[in-house]
Amino acid sequence: MNGILAALRKDLLLTWRGRLQIVAVFAFGAAALLLFSFAIGPDSSALRQHAAGFLWLAMLLASTLSLAESFERELEERALTGLLLLPVSAAVLYYGKAIANLIQLALVGVLLVPVMVILYDAGTLRLLPLLGVIVLGAAGLSAPGTLYAAMTAQARARQALLPLLLFPLVVPVLLAAVKATSLLVLGDPMGQIRPWATLLAAFAVIHLSLCGLLFGRVVDEG
Amino acid sequence: MPTTSTGSSTQLIENEDGHEHGLSRKATMLGMIAVSAEGVCRRYGRRWALVDVSFEVPEATVVMVAGRNGSGKSTLLRTLATAIRPDRGTVRILGRHSQDERDEVRETIALLDHYTHLYEPLTALENLDIVARFLGKNRSREALLALLEEVGLADRAEDPIGTFSAGMRKRLAIARVLQQEARVVLLDEPYGDLDPPGFLLVDGILERLRASGATVLMATHLLQRGRALCSRALVLESGRLVYSGAASEMPGAAANIAGFAEGA
Repeated sequence: MNGILAALRKDLLLTWRGRLQIVAVFAFGAAALLLFSFAIGPDSSALRQHAAGFLWLAMLLASTLSLAESFERELEERALTGLLLLPVSAAVLYYGKAIANLIQLALVGVLLVPVMVILYDAGTLRLLPLLGVIVLGAAGLSAPGTLYAAMTAQARARQALLPLLLFPLVVPVLLAAVKATSLLVLGDPMGQIRPWATLLAAFAVIHLSLCGLLFGRVVDEG
Repeated sequence: MPTTSTGSSTQLIENEDGHEHGLSRKATMLGMIAVSAEGVCRRYGRRWALVDVSFEVPEATVVMVAGRNGSGKSTLLRTLATAIRPDRGTVRILGRHSQDERDEVRETIALLDHYTHLYEPLTALENLDIVARFLGKNRSREALLALLEEVGLADRAEDPIGTFSAGMRKRLAIARVLQQEARVVLLDEPYGDLDPPGFLLVDGILERLRASGATVLMATHLLQRGRALCSRALVLESGRLVYSGAASEMPGAAANIAGFAEGA
């Protein structure tokens, strides 16, 4: 546990030092939301109907930027290799980075909500459940995203490879997150939000468990 | 897999280092061998970087690893450090198999690599603090500052690494290695990028490591320094070990193979 905290602290410190990157990722997500709204047109009912879907698409696209960036610093002076040569398990380093990516992505998601409210007129007063869905969805994206970002970090075509590998895998996460957010924004007369949130949590747990096991294989240079 | 390597490289070692190997066998029985490599081969693509390399290093020995550029020095040190796996052969560190018991081996080794393993956006203190937290060692500000003082960086403790020169980065990387207090220390060209006071710093650190009982393998191109500071030498040529013996008795042929000019 101490190792995970040390890894998390390290990644949050690196994120803080490069905090302009979060602003850039948020701006990218907001621009995507704006462009999606143009595609729908001025129909306010249609905008509200599609708001949750576009929010999560914007988050998905923005996540590829932040996930790829999270390994840039590790590769500059092979800092990750240096940590792996310490008596530290690769899983510990993975969980530290995955949690840091989760926090960063959830923060971007929270900042995008007001943009969604303004552009799509799709607000909700159920803020705590909305925060929960954003955190679970961010976990579902960052868990496999961290693994794939590590896999593609040293590839020449990493900008194309990461989305290519990640997007198909997170389709179930995306569907569950969109459904849960839609229910919060448009109303939930049948009380369906709990099963969708449970599904999101299940995806996050499965991805975190599997990716933690696989990370060592991915970053092993041998 | 090259088939002609075994004969040539191992033969030469046995001829030139027969006495030392006798000592090594005795030392093995007493459990005093710090590093042993047996038939280690490693290739990158189709090119063999290490070919059937075998040697033993007793504990508390400082060893110079010499050879021309591309002779396999860094690959050897990285293999010993468990950073890369040998394609063939076995490496043991303090009696532990480097691949089967990798986590245990990593508790006993420290590697100064060509890469500094530092985070550019973070300060010198923060970089050392990260390592201390992972190692569970004393991470008080005073302890970390003392370490930086030792490598001459105390006045730049709060500066990001991105503002450091190559020599300063090397000094910090050395501090990072010292921080690990490892029993087996692998130094890949520790004098590289350093100024003359930096050379003296590394000399002092080697002396201190020797006094503390650590085993040191140091890749270097500085023959005179290596001979003065190291008791043994390993010379590599095209991935083959061509000399293993006393550093002070390194024959002229081996020195030439290592690319040394007289007086270097």
